[in-house]
Amino acid sequence: MDFYLTALLQGLCFAGIALGIYISMKIFNIPDITTDGSYTLGGVVTGIMLTHNQPGYIILPTVLLAGALAGALTGIIHTKLKINALLAGILVMTALYSVNLTILGRSNLPLLNMPTLFSVVNLITNVNQNSLIILIGFVLIVTLIIGYLLKTDFGIAMRATGNSEPMVRALGVNTDRMKITGLAIANALTALSGYLIVQLQGFADISMGIGIVIVGLGSVIIAETIINWLQITSVWLSLVLVMAGAVIFQFVLAFTLNIGVDANLLKLVTAAFVLLIVGLPRLTGRAS
Amino acid sequence: MIQLINIHKTFNTGKPNQVTAINNVDLDIKTGEFVVIVGSNGSGKTTLLNLVSGNILPNSGSITIDGNNVTRLPEYKRSKWIARIFQNPLLGTAADLSIIDNFRLAALRTQAKTLSIGKNDQFKSLVKDRIATLGMGLEDKTEQPIGTLSGGQRQALTLLMSVMDTCKILLLDEPTAALDPRSAENVLRLADSLIKEYQLTAILVTHNLKDAGNYGSRIIQMGEGEILKDVSGVEKQSLHQNELYSWFG
Repeated sequence: MDFYLTALLQGLCFAGIALGIYISMKIFNIPDITTDGSYTLGGVVTGIMLTHNQPGYIILPTVLLAGALAGALTGIIHTKLKINALLAGILVMTALYSVNLTILGRSNLPLLNMPTLFSVVNLITNVNQNSLIILIGFVLIVTLIIGYLLKTDFGIAMRATGNSEPMVRALGVNTDRMKITGLAIANALTALSGYLIVQLQGFADISMGIGIVIVGLGSVIIAETIINWLQITSVWLSLVLVMAGAVIFQFVLAFTLNIGVDANLLKLVTAAFVLLIVGLPRLTGRAS
Repeated sequence: MIQLINIHKTFNTGKPNQVTAINNVDLDIKTGEFVVIVGSNGSGKTTLLNLVSGNILPNSGSITIDGNNVTRLPEYKRSKWIARIFQNPLLGTAADLSIIDNFRLAALRTQAKTLSIGKNDQFKSLVKDRIATLGMGLEDKTEQPIGTLSGGQRQALTLLMSVMDTCKILLLDEPTAALDPRSAENVLRLADSLIKEYQLTAILVTHNLKDAGNYGSRIIQMGEGEILKDVSGVEKQSLHQNELYSWFG
């Protein structure tokens, strides 16, 4: 049972990535894979600031800002230099690897006995359940903020940008600036996931972000499948489903390990699972 | 309202496929004029419209809108005067957004999109009343994604959206090219009545000579990037359709 609780905790940590990918891929229609870099960036900034005894109220804003900067950089390269978004993301992600290694100073930084978010805040004695409550609170606040943002006039302009750029420009919106802002928000959320997971697991690692973008993609695709299936148009419900997608994704991985699949094959299983979710609606659609 | 002075626009300068789209054009459009632009493909009429909207910038010459020099002003900053209707109904609206969200965005064309929720009950009922005037029965579907509507319905809504905020100039780029004849007629009739009701200065680019004869207070024929004919006033009203056809003969 503890096994699945851990999966739930991880899933909640990854809700940030899922939301980030939802914003870049579904709202802005931009394939952004800065994710691998900005997630690790969030993690290493958290790790290094914790070991330097920085207070939590400084760490969190710094992490968000670092992620936002990474995203904004991808956005600037994409919009101002007119470089393909995928390539812009790869460039920033690659550069971030060196940045992250420089910040961390080594490849792995243990955070044992550090005053992390989960050890400082003690609501109940059971460690895992305590973490669960903190994470649910965190995810709830983030969902409320992003949900509110998407409901505002600015949020409507954001959502329209991914649909029809000519229309949005004709309605007085600087679409370049909008995309840069959007990618900044998406990667700030991704860095938030790094911030949470590093404190949950108790270490920061330079390779923690490799292939992490699939977690976000998988979560969003799970959510999208349900959204299309139930024809959901509510912004709030969509966000909740994206969060649920992140948790479901971790449950599937936990289940895979639980039934005895070799851990080395986990990435293969992950890819196959995402393929299954993407492919299934199309295959059944063709039959009918 | 709109002055183009000695405008020149060349695409692909210095390359083998260099095209002179607009060749030293002067044009003065008065407030309240409804200008119809006709011309064969490649005559430069859409380029002219895009120069006014700011979608493309001229190589030389100057553009003035409502007394302001806007020659180098990007498209999104000209939205305080200009509303646009695109040829493709899919471009003029955000498909995944609800009708009400589309209208909310259009109602802020000349204003900042802030971090406050402006889609309140008062706004919703205002939009419903406006949409009801179309008589298409769409007023009860305002929460529906606009992408679920037909091209004609979307084009009609786009027209209504353009007058949700203060509007001085309406640019229509072949707005009915993708529509069936009946929808096309409805959309143009709606455009005409909105232009009159809100006293808009309008430019309509069209291939349809029947529409060019029926609508507008001034007609311009373009060819090879230049203005070939410019007819307005009584002369435009008495212009016979056969005469228009003879322009292209």
